[in-house]
Amino acid sequence: MKRLILALMLLVTPALAVTPNEVLDDPVLEARARELSKGLRCLVCRNENIDESNAELAGDLRVLVRERLVEGDSDEAVMDFVVARYGEYVLLKPMATGTNLILWVAGPAMLLIAGAVGAGYVRRRRNAPAETEVGLSAEEEARLKDILQD
Amino acid sequence: MIVELGHFALVLAALVAIVQMIVPLVGANRRWSGWMAVAEPAATVQFLLVAASFAALTYAFVTSDFSLRLVVLNSHTAKPMLYKVSGVWGNHEGSMLLWVLILALFGACAAWFGGNLTPTLRARVLAVQASISVAFYGFILLTSNPFLRVGSPPLNGEDLNPLLQDPGLAFHPPFLYLGYVGLSMAFSFAIAALLEGKVDAAWGRWVRPWTLAAWIFLTVGIGLGSWWAYYELGWGGFWFWDPVENASFMPWLLAAALLHSAIVVEKREALKSWTILLAIMAFGFSLIGTFLVRSGVITSVHAFANDPERGVYILAILAVFMGGALTLFAARASAMEAKGVFAIVSRESALVANNVLLAVAAFVVFVGTIWPLVAEMSFGRKLSVGAPFFDAAFTPFMIALTAILPIGAMLPWKRGNIGRTMQPLWGVLALSIAAGSLVWVMQTGGAMLAPIGCVLATWVIGGQVIDLWTRTGRGDVSSRIRRLRNLPGADWGKATAHTGLAITLFGVAGLTAWESEDIRVAQVGERFEHAGYGIELRSVDQVPGPNYVSTTATMAVYRGDREVAVLHPEKRVYPVAQMPTTEAGIDNGFLRDVYLVIGDEQAGGGWAVRTYIKPFANWIWAGCIIMGLGGVFSLGDRRYRIAAGARKRAAAAGGVPAE
Repeated sequence: MKRLILALMLLVTPALAVTPNEVLDDPVLEARARELSKGLRCLVCRNENIDESNAELAGDLRVLVRERLVEGDSDEAVMDFVVARYGEYVLLKPMATGTNLILWVAGPAMLLIAGAVGAGYVRRRRNAPAETEVGLSAEEEARLKDILQD
Repeated sequence: MIVELGHFALVLAALVAIVQMIVPLVGANRRWSGWMAVAEPAATVQFLLVAASFAALTYAFVTSDFSLRLVVLNSHTAKPMLYKVSGVWGNHEGSMLLWVLILALFGACAAWFGGNLTPTLRARVLAVQASISVAFYGFILLTSNPFLRVGSPPLNGEDLNPLLQDPGLAFHPPFLYLGYVGLSMAFSFAIAALLEGKVDAAWGRWVRPWTLAAWIFLTVGIGLGSWWAYYELGWGGFWFWDPVENASFMPWLLAAALLHSAIVVEKREALKSWTILLAIMAFGFSLIGTFLVRSGVITSVHAFANDPERGVYILAILAVFMGGALTLFAARASAMEAKGVFAIVSRESALVANNVLLAVAAFVVFVGTIWPLVAEMSFGRKLSVGAPFFDAAFTPFMIALTAILPIGAMLPWKRGNIGRTMQPLWGVLALSIAAGSLVWVMQTGGAMLAPIGCVLATWVIGGQVIDLWTRTGRGDVSSRIRRLRNLPGADWGKATAHTGLAITLFGVAGLTAWESEDIRVAQVGERFEHAGYGIELRSVDQVPGPNYVSTTATMAVYRGDREVAVLHPEKRVYPVAQMPTTEAGIDNGFLRDVYLVIGDEQAGGGWAVRTYIKPFANWIWAGCIIMGLGGVFSLGDRRYRIAAGARKRAAAAGGVPAE
């Protein structure tokens, strides 16, 4: 049984997200690498960034980002490099260019529209003639009395 | 045999639902009381039949009946009993059965406790509710039958996904479904009201408890899921903006909006058509959530076994119900005349602002969730929309919402005066700005998130305290305290729920801004320091579990020389499912969690160890619980019970409903 367990342990070796040997010695560079990693998608995972992913490919990407940083690339240069290699899909924060502008503008635009409609409604309610309340039917009147006695 | 009976019961339930959908609706149209009266017993019978069906499936799981396909795919004899039971809904088919069970339960509750509704409204509500059931019975029986047998039963099953074998996740789906499906009641009420052509204060009062209940369940369900992610996924993330999380979050936002707008309908008879629309949309988003999870159109971490056929069916359900509801809405909404008149500065206006912010926030989440799909299909751009987008696009709405919350909550109905409302709040505002500044000064540099979170949390909580206190009127302190105890449940519920929201927001801001992390290789026996804590790796052992093998570390946490805790982070491997999981060792605290994760053994000796200090982590879920409690207080308000008393009296008078 023990041997079986050992064999199984070897079979599946879960790697930690960021492993100690990946960590850069320079804390400033490492902090930048972590920040960049959070914006990059692990390509073989479902909606995970490479900083959190256990996948091997994510590890390769983390190392790649760190290599570029050590070589002196700026944050933008590193991102451009990764996007050039893996495509736009790798970015968790989509670029605000071209058709993506719709995505970025949708929220604020909707807020303006909804705000205008809401404001219009409030205005109309203010100016609405004080409607004479529709009276209750005799039956409703009786029921109301019943409830109020409770 | 029992399995076949379960299958049969499900088919019968579907037939009963068809009757319950048609007969009362015709009866309500023609004012035939006999036909309308069919709805209640039908709802009860339908519920009993689905319950029997669900019990049969549970029985198959508990007894590990491997002649059933579903049990083979999702269970194993070595699995602990709790997970044999939770395995029933830990898969697509079983979870759909749970879905219809809850749907029938809500319908039955409406039949049992709906005595104060007018007979036509009750008949219509139950009929609409049954029509949703019919759609989902069809879905289950045609595309996702849980009762299919296999030709040659295997000796053992393939086990449940190990990530799901956890107490937090065992109860996460039922709560979420109670929430999703609870919103179906609001939908049924909205459609019934459109059919009746009448929305009045009473309607607002009837629909609110159902929405409130659904919202409470959603809050707890989302909180449970987030808590599970925190301790199970191995690095303490609590929210990922994953499509499936968003699928539960959008209905939550809309349900929250609906709760607030229903108050306006109830108290002021305004915002009627908007409230109806919200009720339709809130359930619509529940259906969209179901579609996203089950169809596989959007990749998500919540991998359900999904296939396109199911996706098409759910899309059809969505199209029929939303299309039908919105058409009916377009035809009838104009008849819902508002009565209440109010000034621009008033509680009504504040609630309109609340609704605008919540609804647009839900819209932003929606656009972000489906954008990858739209971009790929329409523009051929393959892209991702992840956490960084949502953080940037969603957060401003929450900031705006909490900024106006205390003022809006205290504005009087009809006509208010900002100056007068602000008078007791200036102190709170000053206090919260002072607290925020203190935080800003204390943290050297760093993100603005923490100070902003602190300002808003203090502002909201302080505002709630002032709100409750001013409600007690004038007089000496002791009589005001006495009156405080006698305030209606709705007032306490409001203050509690808002406080919970503030606590959650503060937890999120604090954790995100002040979290610290350490990654290193530690030798057994070595002690290292991180953020004022000493961590000692005492030993690492191989421990067999019931259906897994575990690498368990024993680690001590010191504060100086004092031992604070001994934790056992684990790394498990489930041989049957061939999957590893991590179990973090967490020392829970009021102000911080110490969160330890054990990694791989290193080639050069020692183990990879990660240490996180997570400030205010527990505040996130404590806030969720407090929000839920606030909902419960509000549900307990006397005004929802008055009608119940009236019903009892009516029953005593002869048991014949009015009309």
